[in-house]
Amino acid sequence: MTRQQVLDLYFLDARCKLIDLAAFLDRVERAEGPEDFRLTAFRKAVNELGGAGRERARRVLEVFSDPTTQPIPAATTKAACGAWPETK
Amino acid sequence: MRYIEPHGHMVSRTTDDYIDMATAGCEAVCEPAFWAGFDRSSVNGFYDYFRQLTEHEPKRAAKFGLQHYTWLCINPKESEDTALADEVLAIIPRFIDQPNVLGIGEIGLNKNSRNEIKVLEKHVDLAARHDQLILVHTPHLEDKLKGTKLIIDVIRNDSRVKPERVIIDHVEEHTIRPVLDAGFWAGMTLYPESKCTPARAIDMLEVFGTERVWMNSACDWGVSIPLAVPHTMLEMRKRGHTPEIIDKVVYQNPKAFMSQCPKFKLA
Repeated sequence: MTRQQVLDLYFLDARCKLIDLAAFLDRVERAEGPEDFRLTAFRKAVNELGGAGRERARRVLEVFSDPTTQPIPAATTKAACGAWPETK
Repeated sequence: MRYIEPHGHMVSRTTDDYIDMATAGCEAVCEPAFWAGFDRSSVNGFYDYFRQLTEHEPKRAAKFGLQHYTWLCINPKESEDTALADEVLAIIPRFIDQPNVLGIGEIGLNKNSRNEIKVLEKHVDLAARHDQLILVHTPHLEDKLKGTKLIIDVIRNDSRVKPERVIIDHVEEHTIRPVLDAGFWAGMTLYPESKCTPARAIDMLEVFGTERVWMNSACDWGVSIPLAVPHTMLEMRKRGHTPEIIDKVVYQNPKAFMSQCPKFKLA
């Protein structure tokens, strides 16, 4: 596809998702109480969108990922929450 | 257009879904064993589940003109209890020779724990001893990258297993490269909220090519779309992909992988 064809097919969808992200951040800011590691990771991931180079999707996924390499001693839950709890 | 659903948890779906899939061109559905959404209390729950997968579900699918194949295992979500896992592993050989069993799956990791790895290694050993294909589940969200690397290490450590007989499923942009580079097949799961969307799956096809990849809906009891594969075929057409390329990804590729098991024969 040409760049124009990509824009024709996906621009409105991407615009909608971008506004949703902005509204989500506004919503979080309006709310009271402490935030947690998920928002820290989210803000780091948003920074990847404006960065130079390709593979933004890969880099965003890596921001949310557990970077350690060793197995954990035991699984205490089955669920994943979407961000690594030790994200700084 | 024809397609194969290579990963669908049909015991969780209604007959309406079978009708929709058959109407959309699905010729066969392949159902890995998985977690029921709650922990089973004993090996007897798995015995009944394996009977459902090998006896009942093929008949239900056949009513709608669909062939049904399956894979057997204890899912990594229930692998923390290694005693239960050992009991389940012990009954799997009783079912391996059933005509619709393609291999061992979906095995893998969930939270990347030591016990999950032990049970994964036992499943890989079982597959190697019985010369079975392997279908691998990779963990969710923040656990996927680490888990995929650990899974690749476990499988590569067993020299009896040929990578071309293993599909590592639920890849995303950060995991597809190491999977393909290691010689495995890669599965892309089309989910509305996690894993990947049709647009992102097609992006990966355009970047990494159409060799050793398939797409699936992994429809189950959670948020999922049984028609995700034909929806993605439509999106591929919008992006100018030819019918031949679409057919390769959604029909020829899963057929090629699963035909490594002589029991997989399309009517």
